[in-house]
Amino acid sequence: MRKFAILLTLALMLLGAAAVSGQDAVELRITWYNDGTEGDALRAALDQFEAANPGITVVIDDIGYADPNVYHSTIQAQVESGSPPDLARVNDGFRFAGNYLDLTPLVADALYWTENFSDDVLNSLRVDANDTGIYGFPLGFTITAPFVNRTLFEQAGIEVPSDTKEDVTWEEWAEVSKQVADATGTPFAIAYEPRGHRFWGFAISEGGEWFNADGYFTADSEGFRTAAQAIIDWNQNGLSDPSIWANLPDGPRLAREQFINGQVVFLYSGSFAVGGLASSIADTFDWSAVPNPSGPGGSTGSPGGSLLVGFAGTQHPEEVAKLMDFLTQEDVLGEFSVKSSFLPGHLGLAAAGLEYADNAEILNQLSLEIPKIDEQAYKLQYSKYAFTYNRPIDNRLAQVIAGEITLDDAIAAIQKDVDDAIAATEAS
Amino acid sequence: MASVPVTKSSTAYRRRRPDWLTDVLDWIMHPVELIFVPIQRRFGTQKMAWFFVLPNLIIFAIFIMLPMLLNFYYAFTGSTNFFPQDRPFVGTSNFTTLLTCENFLQPVTCEQDIFWRAVWNTGVYVFFEVGGIVVISLITAVALNQRIKARGFFRSIFFYPVLLSPVVVALIWKWILQRDGVLNAIIVALGGERVPFLLNSEWARIWVIVVSIWAQMGFYTLILLAGLQAIPPEYYEAAQIDGASHRNTFRYITLPLLMPTMLVVLVLSLIRAVQVFDQSFALTGGGPGTATTYIVQYIYNTGFTSSSRQAGLAAAASVILAAVLMILTLTQLRLGRRTEENS
Repeated sequence: MRKFAILLTLALMLLGAAAVSGQDAVELRITWYNDGTEGDALRAALDQFEAANPGITVVIDDIGYADPNVYHSTIQAQVESGSPPDLARVNDGFRFAGNYLDLTPLVADALYWTENFSDDVLNSLRVDANDTGIYGFPLGFTITAPFVNRTLFEQAGIEVPSDTKEDVTWEEWAEVSKQVADATGTPFAIAYEPRGHRFWGFAISEGGEWFNADGYFTADSEGFRTAAQAIIDWNQNGLSDPSIWANLPDGPRLAREQFINGQVVFLYSGSFAVGGLASSIADTFDWSAVPNPSGPGGSTGSPGGSLLVGFAGTQHPEEVAKLMDFLTQEDVLGEFSVKSSFLPGHLGLAAAGLEYADNAEILNQLSLEIPKIDEQAYKLQYSKYAFTYNRPIDNRLAQVIAGEITLDDAIAAIQKDVDDAIAATEAS
Repeated sequence: MASVPVTKSSTAYRRRRPDWLTDVLDWIMHPVELIFVPIQRRFGTQKMAWFFVLPNLIIFAIFIMLPMLLNFYYAFTGSTNFFPQDRPFVGTSNFTTLLTCENFLQPVTCEQDIFWRAVWNTGVYVFFEVGGIVVISLITAVALNQRIKARGFFRSIFFYPVLLSPVVVALIWKWILQRDGVLNAIIVALGGERVPFLLNSEWARIWVIVVSIWAQMGFYTLILLAGLQAIPPEYYEAAQIDGASHRNTFRYITLPLLMPTMLVVLVLSLIRAVQVFDQSFALTGGGPGTATTYIVQYIYNTGFTSSSRQAGLAAAASVILAAVLMILTLTQLRLGRRTEENS
């Protein structure tokens, strides 16, 4: 009897201890997607955080990014059902504005956030101009830019134009890429990722105006037409592979795959692709980023970058804030950026510069593009309707390339698509 | 009553279960009996069938009927919110948006031009795909009904593509048809030039139909084969005795008696054809342009992938699609009944 009483007491104590430890353990979940190797970089940072905070575990739920709207719709369903993830990586910040966790009272130093992350980025998570909350931080800053296969240029015996010339136009790049392709037997000269976001900068460089006098989106400008016609001509004249624009969901992957396989001389993509391209290309050939082509409107790419946000519906707001504080420290964010081959979204890190172990030359070249970004590009990217401006452009240009509609029809359709989408969003 | 002696050759002997198995089954059924015997006493044996189908009915109600009704409701609502209570009622404006056109034959004049392109694409696809399936499946079934060598092997081989997932089928054919694919490699090896099978609108439309027929004809061939084998051989014997030609035999005996089965094939293939999406999406992504964008892809894009996320518009398009399918199916069933009555 006595033995039984002792055993029962011990068992109850163990149960109690398990219950208590179960109550103390906190699990945070991050909804995530990967462009390249940043998932591994995040995991390394999270492992450091977990080691320093034994009661907290962080799980990364990688749900893939086949389509941006499908990715964000998955999160939207969770948010609207009242069960959002604790944190998420998002591109469309405005979409969930009003549902984020305000970190201002929770983080160690809110001023650190406003001093080290740009207003455009912080505002992209806010409901309106009166909202001053802090809801997340940029995981990196991205910029669209071209990449060239230098090995093909060497084999063709042709100089890379930007090595000797500051301003190289799109026409010059198209011409020289064609010469290299012809000389080396490369199937295609140019691969242009079929996304509106990649197109904005091209149109601006050609003198395009994306906003009218009232500040409202307009698709019809000389710069738009010039840029669009160039892409159409490349597809119809054999400089580009029409399969990239023919299969829009798969287009960016196809374009990068062609570059990786040495089937194209010139790829228009962005800094977000560097990690993935580098790990696939390895030492197969020599490649580099080059400055954005120039035109009457200047030389600009399109900015971008995803953000890590916390949601107000989390059960663990203090732990989320603790994790955010940890990840935004300069050394942690710096290490993350280096491992991911990301340009830093942290202003202090960007000013000081990072020493990249891999792809240093490419990332440093891309860093030089940042000061050249046109104001219109910022306005497009950090607008409430950034995603709305994006999709109609590639859909309608694909129709022009396929011969279904004219460029005039496409411009009118883009304007209507954007107008309808803005009206639908405003009505929500 | 004297029991029938059980010998080794008797059916009773062959069906006799081991005693231990009988005991286990009795043990399992005992709690089931505790539930169902009182129910049967209360409602009678005839109504017991409803209790057995009840679980399936509940699942059907929750996962089929309820989403259908919700979808119907969504068709009359607006906004980008997901939940019904957060969506304002907008009446028939979604339907008006979809059905507003200056010229229905020119989608570019329509309020929702992509919807009307998808409608025309689906119409053309259904016409040729269903027609192709019925004809090719019939010819194949007739051939497989003959006494040919390796008949069993051929019957299996035509059915194998049916077992494949539509996405797998699409990927296989993509590898064959793409610019650097197998087919172009053969053409180039024979001295020809590459053909843009998936990059030219007309070629892409043709190949989506061909791939679909290739993937599905085995299933319909099997149905028609069963129909052919159900035709009494006496008719063919009588026709042979009367000296009827093969053509007349097929025309006056096989076709009329096979008509009910062909109607089933027609209805099934039509319903499936109108819902084309996964295979074409994986093969062409709906391109080039919108050449192979069909109704279901329009619904998917409008509701989920477009920046406007207009679930109401997508729901309205799906209601229109369902209505068209229902009209087609009822018309065909009515025609089928008339044919049966006439024959």
